[in-house]
Amino acid sequence: MYSAVWGWRELCACGALVLRCTGPGSRVWPDGCLRGMVRAAQAVNLLEIHHLQIGFRRDGGPPVRVVDGVSLALAAGETLALVGESGCGKSLTALSIARLLPSPPAEMLGGQIRLEGRDVGALSPAELRQIRGGVVSYVFQEPGASLNPVMRVGAQIRETLRRHRPEAATAAEVIRWLQVVGIPAPERRARSFPHELSGGMQQRVAIALAVAPRPKLLVADEPTTALDVTIQAQIIELLRDLRRELGMSILLITHNLGLVGDLADRVAVMYAGQVVEAAPTRELLQRPVHPYTRALLNSVPVPGRRQERLPAIPGMVPPPGAWPGGCRFHPRCPLRQPECETTAPELVELPGGRQARCLLARDLFAGEA
Amino acid sequence: MNLLEVQNLRVHFPIRRGVFSRAREAVKAVEDVSFHLEPGETVGLVGESGCGKTTVARAIVRLAPVTAGRILYEGRDIQELRGAALRAWRRQVQMIFQDPYGSLDPRMTVGQTVGEGLAIHRLVRRGPERRARVETLLEEVGLDASHADRYPHELSGGQRQRVGLARALAVEPRLLVCDEPISALDVSIQAQIVNLLQDLQQRHGLAYLFIAHDLAVVEHLSRRILVMYLGRLVEAGDARAVCRAPRHPYTQALLSAVPVVDPDHKRARLILPGDLPSPIHPPPGCPFHPRCPVAEARCRVEVPRLREVAPGHHAACHLAAAEAAPLARGAGG
Repeated sequence: MYSAVWGWRELCACGALVLRCTGPGSRVWPDGCLRGMVRAAQAVNLLEIHHLQIGFRRDGGPPVRVVDGVSLALAAGETLALVGESGCGKSLTALSIARLLPSPPAEMLGGQIRLEGRDVGALSPAELRQIRGGVVSYVFQEPGASLNPVMRVGAQIRETLRRHRPEAATAAEVIRWLQVVGIPAPERRARSFPHELSGGMQQRVAIALAVAPRPKLLVADEPTTALDVTIQAQIIELLRDLRRELGMSILLITHNLGLVGDLADRVAVMYAGQVVEAAPTRELLQRPVHPYTRALLNSVPVPGRRQERLPAIPGMVPPPGAWPGGCRFHPRCPLRQPECETTAPELVELPGGRQARCLLARDLFAGEA
Repeated sequence: MNLLEVQNLRVHFPIRRGVFSRAREAVKAVEDVSFHLEPGETVGLVGESGCGKTTVARAIVRLAPVTAGRILYEGRDIQELRGAALRAWRRQVQMIFQDPYGSLDPRMTVGQTVGEGLAIHRLVRRGPERRARVETLLEEVGLDASHADRYPHELSGGQRQRVGLARALAVEPRLLVCDEPISALDVSIQAQIVNLLQDLQQRHGLAYLFIAHDLAVVEHLSRRILVMYLGRLVEAGDARAVCRAPRHPYTQALLSAVPVVDPDHKRARLILPGDLPSPIHPPPGCPFHPRCPVAEARCRVEVPRLREVAPGHHAACHLAAAEAAPLARGAGG
């Protein structure tokens, strides 16, 4: 990819040779110096989260654990969906990637997050500012909350560009990004305030704001939950297009298993602070292993399939601090065994790059249970 | 006789700019909506935010002003009810709200909330009798009797929605208007509430007007489905017919936008361009024409009337053919 150009002997500030890519894929492969590229190549994955533990401390007491040993890996260009119900820790995991959790009260109790091979926990404030937006950026559920209400939409995008890509902070570039995210009449819309736009348009602006600095990872935290069904479909389509054009990775946080099939390569399902199942999307949706994943998939009505009753999951999601002993899903599990109440299951590796946190995982995978 | 009959309902909210100016414009929230509900049946009302579905619900329980048209409950116009007749009617029709946090008084215990209706309608005398009735109601909706002494903030979203149901059931209504009762709940809790609604319906012979934006849930619960767009009904008919052979392009788009978990589910994806138009200045002609993939010249001038396209199946589209040929498949991929 880089071969065509590196005869030019351009040197980086660090003394290493600069490589530029001119061939096909130039939008995907960034320019960079040899040393930086070797460093990036050593960290095989764009994002690696190892055994992340997050706790919240209240009134000087011991921290209440909310994320408990989450490990995830995300390769460049890949889309991973993190699925779970409220309180399972999926959003906190996502926020900790750019160290966005307020500390105190949040506290990283253990584990490590590596972004492009760099330990996020060891970054200086200046490096963090560069990483936030430059390497990883976020789109949240409420587009209104992520936009500045007293600033014109175009000025907000320009501000971000000035921070991360000063050479591109032009009016033309702002309009181009509004066009990229599918906003009609971008010249006029650049002069609008957020309240003058509909929810779907606001979300498009928020996405433009997130992707304009060309981050390598876009974290989309429930990006369509606040939107109407037909607008939801538009936004998913937009994320898919952007991923293809910009070659970025996406971490999609959602409670809706219906969305993951449209967007994700792999899915990790979380329950009570832990990953309970991870698998390539198709396998997870067609042959779920963990009883929680199975129950979650079953409890959603399918259009066109007539059922008398929905197979509901009994009980409720246990809040952090009240997680049951043994397997955390056992009080609600239809396949509960006596040992599930006492033995906390490990994440079991299964064929096909799958994992499941269940004592019966191998039997369930083989289809015996 | 029909339990509820809505005839040409129209609800407009005038917009006043300034204190002394007269209203020149109005939000046309509901335009010419007619339907009926039989005792014990569930009718689903589907549409996106701003389409007027909540306003229809609020008009039925007399929380929204009726600009024109009539709402008949057991043949009597609810706008004309006064005094004792009004009180008796209020017992018959109850509402469940979307937000289980906002719809309960935070300073009242669950027992007080559920018992308030019993007191207002003088159904059960204060004291141990009423307490016993409240506890029975809580147990009926799947809560523990001890929840009566708790406050709403101590409960989860699903539990609060159960309290809302117990409060509605306390006065033994015949019609429950459910406005998005499950969309604020966790996925694993939604199915519980859907099942509970079905159980209660069978036990008490309740009729439901079930409002939601999720067509899959509505199809599961309803016998008939009404689809609204920009204040108007665009399609109405048997739930199965509307979901399997939708005749209106908007319903087709709505169905294709429902996220489906099956990765092999081949759908004709039909993504509508643009947003919902403003209900203050709705587009002329068919309200859907600016987003419609098959709109023709006459759609821009002539408002389509709801007409029967198959026995019991109505659609408001000039182009809806008698057979169930999908109108908009070509636009998908």
